[in-house]
Amino acid sequence: MSLASALKTGDVAELPSRRDEDWHWTDLRGLLRTVPPASPPGDAAALPAGPFDACAAETITFLNGRRLTGGGPVVVAAGAPRTIALRFISHTTDTAHHCALSIRLEPGTALTLLESYDGAGAAYVADVELDIRLGEGARLERIVLIDEAAEAIAVSTAEIELAAHATFAQTALTSGAKRQRFETRVRHGAHASARLDGVYLLDGERRGDLTSEVVHNHLGATTHQLTKGFVRGQARGVFQGRIIVNRGADGTDARMGHHALILSERAEVDAKPELEIYADDVSCSHGNTVGALDEEALFYMAQRGLPDAEARTLLTEAFVGEVVDRIEHEAARDIAREWVAERLRGAG
Amino acid sequence: MLSIHDLHVRVGEAEIIKGLSLDLPAGEVHAVMGPNGAGKSTLAYALAGRPGYEVTGGSATYNGEDLLAMSPDQRSAKGVFLSFQYPLELPGVSGLSFLRTALNAQRKARGEDEVGAPAFLKLAREKAKALKIEFDMLRRPLNVGFSGGEKKRLEIFQMSLFSPRLLILDETDSGLDIDALKVVADGVNAARAPDRAMLIITHYQRLLDYIRPDRVHVLAAGRIAASGGPELAHELEREGYDKYATVPA
Repeated sequence: MSLASALKTGDVAELPSRRDEDWHWTDLRGLLRTVPPASPPGDAAALPAGPFDACAAETITFLNGRRLTGGGPVVVAAGAPRTIALRFISHTTDTAHHCALSIRLEPGTALTLLESYDGAGAAYVADVELDIRLGEGARLERIVLIDEAAEAIAVSTAEIELAAHATFAQTALTSGAKRQRFETRVRHGAHASARLDGVYLLDGERRGDLTSEVVHNHLGATTHQLTKGFVRGQARGVFQGRIIVNRGADGTDARMGHHALILSERAEVDAKPELEIYADDVSCSHGNTVGALDEEALFYMAQRGLPDAEARTLLTEAFVGEVVDRIEHEAARDIAREWVAERLRGAG
Repeated sequence: MLSIHDLHVRVGEAEIIKGLSLDLPAGEVHAVMGPNGAGKSTLAYALAGRPGYEVTGGSATYNGEDLLAMSPDQRSAKGVFLSFQYPLELPGVSGLSFLRTALNAQRKARGEDEVGAPAFLKLAREKAKALKIEFDMLRRPLNVGFSGGEKKRLEIFQMSLFSPRLLILDETDSGLDIDALKVVADGVNAARAPDRAMLIITHYQRLLDYIRPDRVHVLAAGRIAASGGPELAHELEREGYDKYATVPA
């Protein structure tokens, strides 16, 4: 059961519902009575500017689920490290689209993937499936900015397979949608490492869902995960993180942190951190906090002259800044920082 | 400059300040001394406008204006500076950028031009040097991982940066070794000016060896129990606060 199979078959019974444990907080079945018709191709001559336009030599764009240039899997072969901007644009209303892309990193190669989701339309349904495989010792940093339309239903799922000694680092930032889910599933090779970070900034009636599952089957792999978010208005944030350490995956080092700020009475955060450990020699930890801004710090800042709204913005920015600062790609880090600042200041 | 009349302050269910009156003229330094629990910090917080410190009666007039009607940031822009007993740590907020933002927020509220980054850095460097503060410390998140003494020194640094008119120093001497105490006292003494008034809140007389007050007030059970010259501080140091503890509320 998935959004992809529902779009393919036209059968709403295929949609994930609250009965599926992993979809309990992001119920799609309850939202859609029928599967919307397929999206039109869209106007490729009138694309909105992308957030990473200035940082990448190569761009792959999907408009309403159709790839505009090239085809087939992206293969990163031996040679200089590459930087690819990957854009998913939805410019339509009341229709649905799906797309998929495979990315292969040959052993020892490096890729920076600057991924963005632009919702230029209104109540669309969008589904993206990525299949990413890293060869031995390959390195991928994936930075994702998600800006869907307020009335959209948008799901993006990535399956990521890491060969031995591969390194994967991800930072996903989302502003949510009517329902928005960003799911990452990682399978570790021996001594592979993964950093899985997330930021959600949710306002109005938006919902954002950052879900991940990481499986350790081999020796000595590392998972470090830090997600931070804030919700205000009637927004709702969902964090689900599952790390499975199977028998034989000794030497695993797994750390998971999720910290949220709830800035209004009607906003909500649902968090489900799960560590399933079947190996003996492992080092695992998780921390989960949900709270409000520190009133004492706010008063301190006010005493130094900062108006209340400005103090709140600064503290919130600093709160999620800890995640943004972990982005390695310098230009992308600056763009992400600006993205956060705009959303915090914009919606005041 | 500051005139407090019959002030009553409640924190939660408890009335802590119970009819306090005090006059602090421009150019003067007054010390408020008192035993633990007398309401010293409550007085400081109420004057700075901390939420939860509810003024239930009386008045506080600052340069002819109703101080208690202003929000905390308005008070700050009007020149009220409270040096905190326990300065807050602001993780992720760089000291320098916070201080420039704060300074410019104050200036904006007063209708003054903002200070640009180069001019601000020059000013900050000068003030830091005078207070023997390593400039690189200011680039770090404000107060995070700083020792008690460093935090207090940074409070005085902020004070000298903002040039406030009314300074309230809440237990600034606590947690300071003797060298840090001298640095802080020098900073405070350098700030003495005819158009500036200071209220020094302290439990011990020690700080007053370095910052000589014009007047000393004893705060006990929520009101001023006695006032006098600097010699009163020495008397308190010798005899303690016991004789004021019995003053009926």
